[in-house]
Amino acid sequence: MTLFLHELRTEQLLFWRNREAAIFTFLLPIVFFLMFGAIYGNDRIEHRYRGAAYLEAGMIGYGVAATAFAGLAITLVIRRESGILKRVRSTPLPPGVYIAAVLGSTLIVFAVQAVLIVVLGKLLFGVGFPDLPGSLILALLLGAATFAALGLAITAAVRSAEGSSAVINIVYLPMAIISGTFFSPHSYPGFLRGIADVLPLTYFTQLARAIMLDGKPIWSQPGAVGAVAAWGIVGVLAALRGFRWQPREG
Amino acid sequence: MTAIRVRELRKSYGSHEAVRGIDFEIESGEVFGLLGPNGAGKTTTVEILEGYRRRSGGEVEVLGEDPEKAGVAFRERVGVVLQSSSLYPALTAREHLRVFAGYYARSRDVDEVIALVGLAEKADAKVRTLSGGQKRRLDLGLALVGDPDLIFLDEPTTGFDPAARRNAWETVRGLRRLGKTILLTTHYLDEAEQLADRVAVLREGQIVTVGRPSELTGGQVETEIRYRRNGEVVVLRTGEPTRVLHELTAEAVAAGRELDGLEVRRPTLEDVYLQLTGGDAE
Repeated sequence: MTLFLHELRTEQLLFWRNREAAIFTFLLPIVFFLMFGAIYGNDRIEHRYRGAAYLEAGMIGYGVAATAFAGLAITLVIRRESGILKRVRSTPLPPGVYIAAVLGSTLIVFAVQAVLIVVLGKLLFGVGFPDLPGSLILALLLGAATFAALGLAITAAVRSAEGSSAVINIVYLPMAIISGTFFSPHSYPGFLRGIADVLPLTYFTQLARAIMLDGKPIWSQPGAVGAVAAWGIVGVLAALRGFRWQPREG
Repeated sequence: MTAIRVRELRKSYGSHEAVRGIDFEIESGEVFGLLGPNGAGKTTTVEILEGYRRRSGGEVEVLGEDPEKAGVAFRERVGVVLQSSSLYPALTAREHLRVFAGYYARSRDVDEVIALVGLAEKADAKVRTLSGGQKRRLDLGLALVGDPDLIFLDEPTTGFDPAARRNAWETVRGLRRLGKTILLTTHYLDEAEQLADRVAVLREGQIVTVGRPSELTGGQVETEIRYRRNGEVVVLRTGEPTRVLHELTAEAVAAGRELDGLEVRRPTLEDVYLQLTGGDAE
């Protein structure tokens, strides 16, 4: 436990000290929320929802992909290729404790981000606080776990530190848009909706909107929960098979 | 006491045999040098001993354990400096040492380690502002902060300027005085000669010779005698320098000639090394 807390502190220090990562994974979803909120915050979405409220749930979805998937994966690829992971393995810090602390630190970043989005939504756009905080927290935990597992898994597909941002951005930015985190997917053409139908972020965003906009509890959404969890299991299995501690060569 | 015991160690990557059956032992408190050109199998051997790579054959014992199966207790006693430094650019040297000190049940005082590796002036500078040599010294500090009994140094001074190398050598000598066992790989002969109690020369995955640096330069390689005759340099290589030199000088004295530019040279470790590793000595 002491080791875990020590590494958790280290990871927090590393995250906030590394400004590029902090801006990219932490600040960008908040900036997009403010930007798109200013653009269509007062529009009606799908004839039912206020734009700002709709966007708020979407940006929490974008945030989980940015922190737990993209940010985590890029950080770990850079650490792997620069030999830091290998270096850490030479110490008595158990690998499981290390990974747990990295994930715990990611969760802290995402939690702070989600709280900020909700608070800014209230202050700037007058979006009410969520009616079902318990369901929302469970959904956020599920999403963080799934996207973190996918983030660990995708590190195996990235060969170099230089390429990590490019490869991961090319996966996650289109995913965020196609999944409807920025705009309502109802207006999308059929082929994009076809792609959206298999993406985990689509289901996470649906789940977040059902809880935050429709006031439906998490257990009333078994389809979305199941789809997100299934992707999480795929991520865990792929990460167990493919995650490496050592750089490609050397 | 034996710190490291290696028997018939083999490692293949596909059809390529990087290490082809090597044997050596390292005593506690000894500084042992693995010397050889790039691609000779030094890093592969060291990384098997560190527990990073699985061997294809043979037996390996490090601090009484098989490094492939070794756990936390083993890691508490071993310090590793990898071939390239791997550090967090945004943390300072002191922060690095605090982070790594926290991984060990029993660690050295951070300020003491900073002084030991000569980073006192740069202790609070971010790593991204340090020079290559300073990063390397910090890397060494990270290997020492857990107060290990056994330290692996994989090419610790590659890329250093001469002054930085001398400083690093002083640090290694200091560790030796503390009774640490050190396994050092290098392709610098003078480094092996300066630091190692014993040296194994590795070539194409095999050990071609093991011994004290002074033993390596004695005996096995022929002594060189040079002089000039009619303006041309004559070079004689002989295993019996005393007899050959005596004959040569007796002849010259009898004939009343002077042997211009007479030179008798014991081979340097470099000559031995180049001979053993198949390089060209000329």
